Amino acid sequence: MNILVCVKRVPTVGGAITLTADSRAIDTKASGFTISPHEECAVEEAVRLAERFGGSVTVVSLGPVEAEEQLRACLALGAAAAVLVETSPGVETGPMATAAALSSVAASGGFDLILLGNEASDTGGYQVGIRLAHLLGRPVATGAKAITVSDDGSSLAASRSYRGVTETFTLPLPCVVTVKEGINLPRYPSLPGRLRAKRAAIKRVPVEAAGHVSAGDVRMTSLRVPDAPRKQATVLGQGPAAVPALVAVLAEIGVIA
Amino acid sequence: MTVWCLVELDGDAAADASLRALTLARGLLPDAGGSGVAAVVFGAPPLADLAAYGAADVYVVSGVDGYAPQAWARVLAELLGADHGPDVSRPAVVAAGTEHGNEVLAHLGAITGLPMAANCVAAAASGGAALDLVRQRWAGLLLEEAVLDAPAVLLTVATDAAGAEPAAAPGAVAVHEVTAAVTDADLAVRAVETPGGTGGVSLATARVVVGGGRGVGGADGFAPLEELAALLGGVVGVSRVVTSEGWRPHSMQVGQTGTKITPDLYLACGISGAIQHFAGCSGARHIVAINTDASAPMMTRADYAVVGDLHEILPALIEALRARG
Repeated sequence: MNILVCVKRVPTVGGAITLTADSRAIDTKASGFTISPHEECAVEEAVRLAERFGGSVTVVSLGPVEAEEQLRACLALGAAAAVLVETSPGVETGPMATAAALSSVAASGGFDLILLGNEASDTGGYQVGIRLAHLLGRPVATGAKAITVSDDGSSLAASRSYRGVTETFTLPLPCVVTVKEGINLPRYPSLPGRLRAKRAAIKRVPVEAAGHVSAGDVRMTSLRVPDAPRKQATVLGQGPAAVPALVAVLAEIGVIA
Repeated sequence: MTVWCLVELDGDAAADASLRALTLARGLLPDAGGSGVAAVVFGAPPLADLAAYGAADVYVVSGVDGYAPQAWARVLAELLGADHGPDVSRPAVVAAGTEHGNEVLAHLGAITGLPMAANCVAAAASGGAALDLVRQRWAGLLLEEAVLDAPAVLLTVATDAAGAEPAAAPGAVAVHEVTAAVTDADLAVRAVETPGGTGGVSLATARVVVGGGRGVGGADGFAPLEELAALLGGVVGVSRVVTSEGWRPHSMQVGQTGTKITPDLYLACGISGAIQHFAGCSGARHIVAINTDASAPMMTRADYAVVGDLHEILPALIEALRARG
């Protein structure tokens, strides 16, 4: 089973989001970047499926040349090949153009399964996987928290929980599935894996012109951090001595009688 | 033009997220805020809800059994495509920013070649032909101001956007029967539903959540949190560190990639408060934090803070609550 996983390089944010001076991007000088969390789980899922059914895992990322860092992290987790669809620095690619650019890589490799994250943790567009599936003419399921492939590898069941019930979608392969964190617990990369990833060649391809779209993507004009909803905390005290004050607060809130 | 709104059902009623979507959809009408939205329902229409929140027309779709996202999108595409009034202003399709709403509108975007804006919190026509939007990024930790300039507007409304407001002057609703014209391919991917199997109080709806983070110390450190949660009639939630360490399953995670909670009380114990965690817990009415580090973001952004080791404070708190009887 040959699997393609699409991953995105996203800023690492910790205690607060700080914007650049022009309010058009997150200031990453002091933070760095990581793989969007749902997609790290997609890589793990793909590696597990390849371990069970044979075949190999290819990872692709649309992004600046620095996204090679995230592709190498995927190689360390067990992916066999990596492709960078290289964009210009500082240019944000919308979901329609992203799907169009990924589709040329996805169409060429004879992939039985294409995995993505349900949504990128940064832009949260909730659509690249579905648009990619339509461009490829393949069925798609989204938000999967479990994937079960039939023994003969001809179909899979993708399931998730929604409004208190479990929804299961059965799809023939080849198909596209987007997954969410929690579908698995990604492994730590092994030392041999990290060494292999460091040396591996990453194929670079330029961004193809976006395919047929009747209108442009949503155009971001600026970003802002919403006003902090809470004021400075009231400190009730130190250690167990604060318990009476804490009990009084719980009573005031109304969670105890 | 028509402003369409896909309305999801929660039991027999319209889902709360869909009432928020209807509220935002009314703002896109030529007489912004009036009643005149065209609601689209797959199932028995909750007519009273729909009228109260500003629907003038209700399209009840038959011919699609259950949830089939591409088929639902095809029906919306047909309705949108047939929408050639004398008025040349652009039509819109609005849905809730739920898994179903985002999924169906992404399919609709792919079918029609139109852009789609997910999880909007505001939308209004700007001076020109385009629409000015505010949408959530980072699960609401960041807001994006954006322009959407397209022949038709496709957007979803964040489930924690400003609340649902009934229409000022609700009118009568006209009900229209629609038979879905869908292909076998549209119906090929469909949900088979089975009971969820999560018994007891769910994290998303619990009135009290006792949260545990790295400070719990390990998989075997949760006993006092569980005991306290049981005493308060609540449940235990955890930070992302706890699930990535494998101490507790991912289904217990509060945060951007876990569950968004809305309890009366969130008691966060040993959680430093990464910003992604706030994406999950900022809907709590009251936050109390317990941490050895008084400068941790969870402590400074809570309503109340207790400085100290949760393994000393929680047993004392449990004892005090038991003593009250």
